[in-house]
Amino acid sequence: MKTSHEPLAHIAKRDGMAWWKGWLIRIAAALLALGVSALFIYSLTKMNPVKVYGAMWNGAFGTTKRTWVTLRDTMMLLCIGVGLAPAFKMRFWNIGAEGQVLVGGCATAAVMIYCPGLPTWVILLIGIVVSLIAGAVWGIIPAMFKARWNTNETLFTLMMNYIAIQLTCFLVAKWENPYGSNTVGIINQSTKAGWFPALFGQQYGWNIVLVLAVTVAMYLYLKYSKHGYEIAVVGQSENTARYAGISVKRVIVRTMALSGAVCGLAGFVAVAGASHTISTSTAGGRGFTAIIVAWMAKFNTFVMILIALLLVFLEKGATQIASQFNLNDYASNVVTGIILFFLLGSEFFINYTVHFRRREKEAKA
Amino acid sequence: MTSLISLLNNAVIFGTVILYGAIGEIITEKSGNLNLGVPGIMYLGGIAGLATAFYYEMLAANPIGVVSLLLSFVAAFLAAALGGLIYSFLTITLRANQNVTGLTLTIFGAGLANLYGGSLNKLAGGVGQISVSLTSRTYRAYFSGLANLGVPGKLLFSYGFMAYLAIVIALIASWVLNRTRVGLNLRAVGEDPATADAAGIHVTKYKYLATCLGAGISGLGGLYYCMDYIKGTWTTDSTIEALGWLAVALVIFATWKPARAIWSAYLFGVLYWAYNYISGLTRASIELFKMLPYVVTIVVLIVVSMRHSKESQPPESLGQSYFREER
Repeated sequence: MKTSHEPLAHIAKRDGMAWWKGWLIRIAAALLALGVSALFIYSLTKMNPVKVYGAMWNGAFGTTKRTWVTLRDTMMLLCIGVGLAPAFKMRFWNIGAEGQVLVGGCATAAVMIYCPGLPTWVILLIGIVVSLIAGAVWGIIPAMFKARWNTNETLFTLMMNYIAIQLTCFLVAKWENPYGSNTVGIINQSTKAGWFPALFGQQYGWNIVLVLAVTVAMYLYLKYSKHGYEIAVVGQSENTARYAGISVKRVIVRTMALSGAVCGLAGFVAVAGASHTISTSTAGGRGFTAIIVAWMAKFNTFVMILIALLLVFLEKGATQIASQFNLNDYASNVVTGIILFFLLGSEFFINYTVHFRRREKEAKA
Repeated sequence: MTSLISLLNNAVIFGTVILYGAIGEIITEKSGNLNLGVPGIMYLGGIAGLATAFYYEMLAANPIGVVSLLLSFVAAFLAAALGGLIYSFLTITLRANQNVTGLTLTIFGAGLANLYGGSLNKLAGGVGQISVSLTSRTYRAYFSGLANLGVPGKLLFSYGFMAYLAIVIALIASWVLNRTRVGLNLRAVGEDPATADAAGIHVTKYKYLATCLGAGISGLGGLYYCMDYIKGTWTTDSTIEALGWLAVALVIFATWKPARAIWSAYLFGVLYWAYNYISGLTRASIELFKMLPYVVTIVVLIVVSMRHSKESQPPESLGQSYFREER
C-alpha cells in the first residue's frame, strides 16, 4: 500500500526554450487545429476534409480581387494589433480597440461628409489627424483613471466599446442616406472625395503602405526608443519603474494615447481606404480579434503580420465554404475559435514542462 | 399607468436575461477567473436549449411541453458549462491568459450559435426561421388567476418560471458566498490563491467548479432569451453578445454581490427600455439613450476605485492564473 500521496504529474516552469522549438510547438498546434476544423466542416457539409482546405485557399486567394480583399482585411487587423502592442507590453489591458476604431472611423466619416468640397489629399490629411485624436481621447479616458485611482482598465475599456458603438449608431441615424435606410451609404460616391487614391493601379495599395509603415515604426519605437524602454519597465514592474525614476502615470497615459491613436487610425483606413461608409461593422469585432493577434505575437509587430494573415485566411476560407453550402458566415468564427483555442493551449508547453511520477518499480531500483 | 406597467414588465424580462449572465459571472469571478466569454457562453446555452427543443418537437410523435422544457433546460446548462470547461482547462490547467481565452470563447460561442441558429431548419430539411412554439409557451406559462389580480398581479405574477428562478439562484448564491464554509473558501481562492492553497483549500478544484457552474448559470440567460424574450425562435445577430457584455457590466454595477444584482438588473432593464416611454425622442437620440447602462457602469467602476472601500472591490487575484511554484 502506498502511504504517501505523490501526485501523478507536476508542472515546472521552463527556463527558456530555443525559439525554433517554440515555433515547432505552435506550428504543431496550428496543424492540429486545422485537423479539428476540417472535422467540424466535414460534420456540417460532408465535404472531403482535404478538399475543404482547397476551397478555403480558393476563397482567400482564388482570384486577384479576393487576394486583395484578403490583404486589405489583414492590414486592418494588423493595424489594430499594432495599436494594441504598446498597451499590452505595458500590461495595460486595452480591450477597447473596438471602440477606438469606431470613433476614429466616425471622425473620418465626419470630415468626408461635412467637407466634400476640399481636395482629396486635404480631406485625407484632416482625416488622419482627427481619427488619431479621436482614438487617443478614447484611450486616454480609461488611462487617466487607471493612473490616478487604479480603476480596472479591462472593464473600463470594455464599457467604452459600447459607448462608442451607441455613438456610431447615433451618427449613422443622423447621417443616414437615403432617409429612412438607417445606413450612411457610400460617402461621396460620385466625387470620390476623401477616398484613398489608387497606388500602382491598386485600389488598396495605400492601405498596405500606410499600415506597414506604422508596423515598422511601432517595432522601432518599442524596441529602440526611450519610450519603448519605459513601457517595458512599467510592464515588468511598476515599483522598479518608480525606483528608476520613471513617472509611471505619465507613461500609462502617454502609451494609451498612442495605443488609442493607432487604433483610431485603423478606423480611418477602414472608412477612407476600404468601405467608404460608417456603421458598427466598420470595426465588426476586429477590435476583439486583434487583441488575440497582439497577444499571440508577444507584442512583436512583425509576427503579427503572420497571425493576422492566418486569421483572415481562415475567415475568408470558411466564408467561402459556408456560402457554397448555403450556411452563414459565422462558420468562420467557429474555425477561428478552434484555432485560437489550440494556439493558446500550446503556449503552456512552451512555458512549462510536465514531469510525470516515475513508476514505483523504477523508483525502487 | 398601463405604459408604466408595461415598462416594468419589459424591464423584468430584460433584466432576467442579464441577471442569469451576471450571477454566473459573479460566481466565476469570485474564484479569481475573469471570464470574458460570458456572451459566448450565453450563446451556447441559448442555441443548445433551442436546438434540443427543436429536435424534440420535430421527432416526438406527441411532443409534451414540460418534457421539452426539461430537456432543453438541461441541454442549455450542460452546453454552457462545457464552454466554461474549455475556458477552465485553458486558463487553470494550461494557464493561458484569461482575457484572451475569454474573448476567444465569445468568438467561438457566437459563431457556433449563429451558424446553427441560422441553419438549423435548413440542416433539418425545413425552410424559413426555426420556431419552437410549444416549448416557448411552456416556458412562458404563468398562473393567470394570480396575474389577473389587478396591477400587483400583472407586475409580480405575469412571468414564466425562469424569472423567479433567477431570483432564487441569486439569493442562494448570495447565501452560499457569504454564509457558508464553501463560500468562504471560494472567496479566499479568488482573493489570494497562494494563501488559500497554504490553508489546505484545493484551489484548482474550486476554480474549476466555480467556473463551470457559473458558466452553466450564465448559459441559462441565453436560454431565457431564446425561449421567453424572443418567444422560441432565433435571430442571427449580435443581440445576445450585447446582452452578454451588459451582464459583465452588471457584475461591476452590483459590486460582485448577487443579491444586489437582482434589483440592478431590473434597473438596467428600465434604463434600456426607457426610451420607448419618453415622447419626442428621434431615432438618433434613442441610440444615445441606450448608452445609459454602460455610462452608469463606468461611473460605478470609477466611484468604487476612488472610494477604495474593501467591500466593493473586485476579487484581488481577478484575471491572474495561479501557479503554485511562482511566488
